[in-house]
Amino acid sequence: MAVISVENLTHTYSIGTPFERTAIQELSVTIRQGESICILGHTGSGKSTFVQHLNALLQPSSGRVLIDGEDINKDKISRRDVKRRVGLVFQYPEYQLFEETVAEDIAFGPKNMKLPKEEIEERVLEAAGFTGVDKALFTRSPLELSGGQKRRIAIAGVIAMRPEVLILDEPTAGLDPAGSRQIMDNIRSYREKSGATVMIVSHNMVDAARYCKRIIVFNHGMICMDGTPEEIFSRSEELTGIGLDVPKAAELAMALRRRGIELEGPVFTHEQLLRAVRRAAEVPVC
Amino acid sequence: MLKDITLGQYFPGDTPVHRLDPRTKLILVVVYIIALFNAKGWASYAVMIAVTLLCMWISKISLKNIFKGLKPMMFIIALTALLNIFYTQGTPIREGWIITWEGIDRAVKMMLRITLLITGTFLLTYTTSPMALTDGLEKLFSPLKKLKVPVHEMTLMMSMALRFIPTLIEETDKIMSAQKARGADFETGSLIERAKALLPILVPLFVSAFRRADELAIAMESRCYHGGEGRTHMKQLQFTGLDIAAFLLGAVFLAGIFIMKRFGL
Repeated sequence: MAVISVENLTHTYSIGTPFERTAIQELSVTIRQGESICILGHTGSGKSTFVQHLNALLQPSSGRVLIDGEDINKDKISRRDVKRRVGLVFQYPEYQLFEETVAEDIAFGPKNMKLPKEEIEERVLEAAGFTGVDKALFTRSPLELSGGQKRRIAIAGVIAMRPEVLILDEPTAGLDPAGSRQIMDNIRSYREKSGATVMIVSHNMVDAARYCKRIIVFNHGMICMDGTPEEIFSRSEELTGIGLDVPKAAELAMALRRRGIELEGPVFTHEQLLRAVRRAAEVPVC
Repeated sequence: MLKDITLGQYFPGDTPVHRLDPRTKLILVVVYIIALFNAKGWASYAVMIAVTLLCMWISKISLKNIFKGLKPMMFIIALTALLNIFYTQGTPIREGWIITWEGIDRAVKMMLRITLLITGTFLLTYTTSPMALTDGLEKLFSPLKKLKVPVHEMTLMMSMALRFIPTLIEETDKIMSAQKARGADFETGSLIERAKALLPILVPLFVSAFRRADELAIAMESRCYHGGEGRTHMKQLQFTGLDIAAFLLGAVFLAGIFIMKRFGL
């Protein structure tokens, strides 16, 4: 199963021109199969550049990206193959829809993999199921659907390639809370059922805490924190320092704990806080 | 890779050429082109080259930048030269050859003519911002408004097109990456296959271009845009002494080329 290791990765845009800019610097990290990771960082911290290296869309200026010990930039063929193993959903993926019908658009990836027709159909159905795209929409044009539906179709288009690693760049940007929760739940169910590694690039702290077991924080093209949500959020001052916020619920829980009020379990979301506070209230305080 | 395209790129600067009124520069480029097409002899070409180099020196545009812009035109220049070498009647350079002295003479002049033509227009776009250029065009063509020619609308369209070229290039880049991530292949296959592979880029690109156009129209309308009637400019164009001097030099230059033509130089 896929283990991604990134070794001393550096990427500089427009080398040799006045516009030269280093986006990521000497970055090393290991990602194991089945992990759910959230990549946090403010705009321009190198998150998007980093994820585009994981499926060889960008080539490192120096350093290597290895999957199962093999360099993905070894040759043209491995660069192509890695795109099937590591699925990348871009920001606002609905802008890449182009086919005449929803079903054909989801089938674009599998078709490029030159799979037999029956297999393509099976994968389209499966991917649509994961992302909650109704079969009734299959014959409609993707361009006439609502924003949330388009987003789900675009994500299904990548899931249909059955990637071992699914990376989503800001999957909920521009969606309402109900729509974003639905998409995040869809992604979670894909991870649970397929065993794939899921990586979400975001700056939404609540999403990060709710859906991911590991958080990697980027700042100025380098990894500045890497750990569980508990570990990361306990360093709230550092987070604020690099322009990120700790979820309000987590902050409140930490304050309560400092006052000596025992709260059970991890508390990052409003629901968890509510539950923990209720439970704490049942225990008589001496 | 797409970002390397130079299309009317502007190099900001503060040279006398940069400070000229865009109208002056536009008229002088026309003067330059007229002069170029009336240059017949080698002496006239020498004057043309000298004037071009002088303008480059004043505007501090390096030869390197000019060559970068000329690169895409190299094929056309080479082809013109080749055709002229082989298809010109005259005295062969050697008995039995089809290459003639006249042909070589003509080929070199043609190459010079195209190169100078492009260089001259580059000097205009390298030293004039797109906004100033469209302002200048609008002013120059404003007499045509009396003939019901929609001059303002046309120049507005031009400046918008220029404004959106980088945006669309960026968008194309993004869509290409997204389709590549879905396994699209733009590099291998026959010509027809490669043309077909462009579809996943073109459709989303058109969709987003139309969406952008729509949004821009709404944004303009909500800021009370209603066409050119009664609109004033933030920067009023004003001819200065510099422009008068430039016009005088331009006139002397043009007259010189015509006189040389008269004497067959």
